[in-house]
Amino acid sequence: MKWSVFLPYLAVTAGVTYLIRMLPLTVFRREIRSRFVRSFLGYIPYAVLGAMTFPDVFYSTGDLRTAICGVAVAVLLAWRGRSLLTVALAACVAVALAQAFLLLV
Amino acid sequence: MKQVNRADLPSGTFRQGIRHGLPIALGYLSVSFAFGMKAVGDGLSVLQAVLISMTNLTSAGQMAALPLMAAGASLAEMALTQLTINLRYALMSLSLGRKLDSSMGTLQRMIFSFANTDEIFAVASSQPGKVGKNYLYGLMLTPWIGWSLGTFLGAAAGTLLPAFVRSALGIAIYGMFLAIILPPARKHRPVRFVVAIAVALSLCFRYIPGLNTVSSGFAIIICAVAAAAAGAALFPMKEEESA
Repeated sequence: MKWSVFLPYLAVTAGVTYLIRMLPLTVFRREIRSRFVRSFLGYIPYAVLGAMTFPDVFYSTGDLRTAICGVAVAVLLAWRGRSLLTVALAACVAVALAQAFLLLV
Repeated sequence: MKQVNRADLPSGTFRQGIRHGLPIALGYLSVSFAFGMKAVGDGLSVLQAVLISMTNLTSAGQMAALPLMAAGASLAEMALTQLTINLRYALMSLSLGRKLDSSMGTLQRMIFSFANTDEIFAVASSQPGKVGKNYLYGLMLTPWIGWSLGTFLGAAAGTLLPAFVRSALGIAIYGMFLAIILPPARKHRPVRFVVAIAVALSLCFRYIPGLNTVSSGFAIIICAVAAAAAGAALFPMKEEESA
């Protein structure tokens, strides 16, 4: 990508992300009083990650069938509270095994 | 992240921070590898991919930025998308502020806020009492190195990998997302509700004609804001519950 196109994007992503993290730690040190706003902010991560994961995860491997295998393994392990690393790697391994299986049949 | 054994923590030293940051760094390594690979696939150079990781240090935000860059989205859409996806950090920073020991000045707060990721925040919050600056420097340094290094390896060497390994790694970041959302979704009905609404809306924006012309950045914003607002209206959190 041309640097003249890339650098403004980089500045915006890094700048916005940093300000979101920095301002509450430095400037706004007061507690948020509104229960609605606190709840809203508390639910945002789950809403964002849910919307980002589905349906995109089913297209992440280039083959719907292998992706379904990966999702099944990831959901099972994540549901049981396994660590990020375990879940991420196990999903990759499941996809790789599914691909190998599809090549064989 | 698993809770750290409290007996393990006599004080918050730099080395301890490094040690607690290691499992995070390993997880980041595999996920950022996939990010680096995808970034190069979307037309970025290796250096550009690494610069994004070194300056952003956020998986979801960076992942969402790639298609926007590739599509030539406006800077306003990019800024709004980052704002929504990363809004959760505002809450984490508010919460982390209460964990910092009182000797920490504004400059140090400005440094720590840069690396306040979901996982680093989770580990720092699980420490008993206040956390010191040396511990935090260590806790943030290892994951930052892992995230940048993994991006470099994925961007530089990703194309050398056989196709089946590359497609298998494509799912890594979503595995990490699932590992973040499912344990609390299992425990708390409101979280299940919020996730279900967000996923349902996301499916609508992908498959319903008309709605599927909305760009990916705005679709995520609308899904997340609507689902979180519905959750906040129907299931307001009690004082100590907030993320």
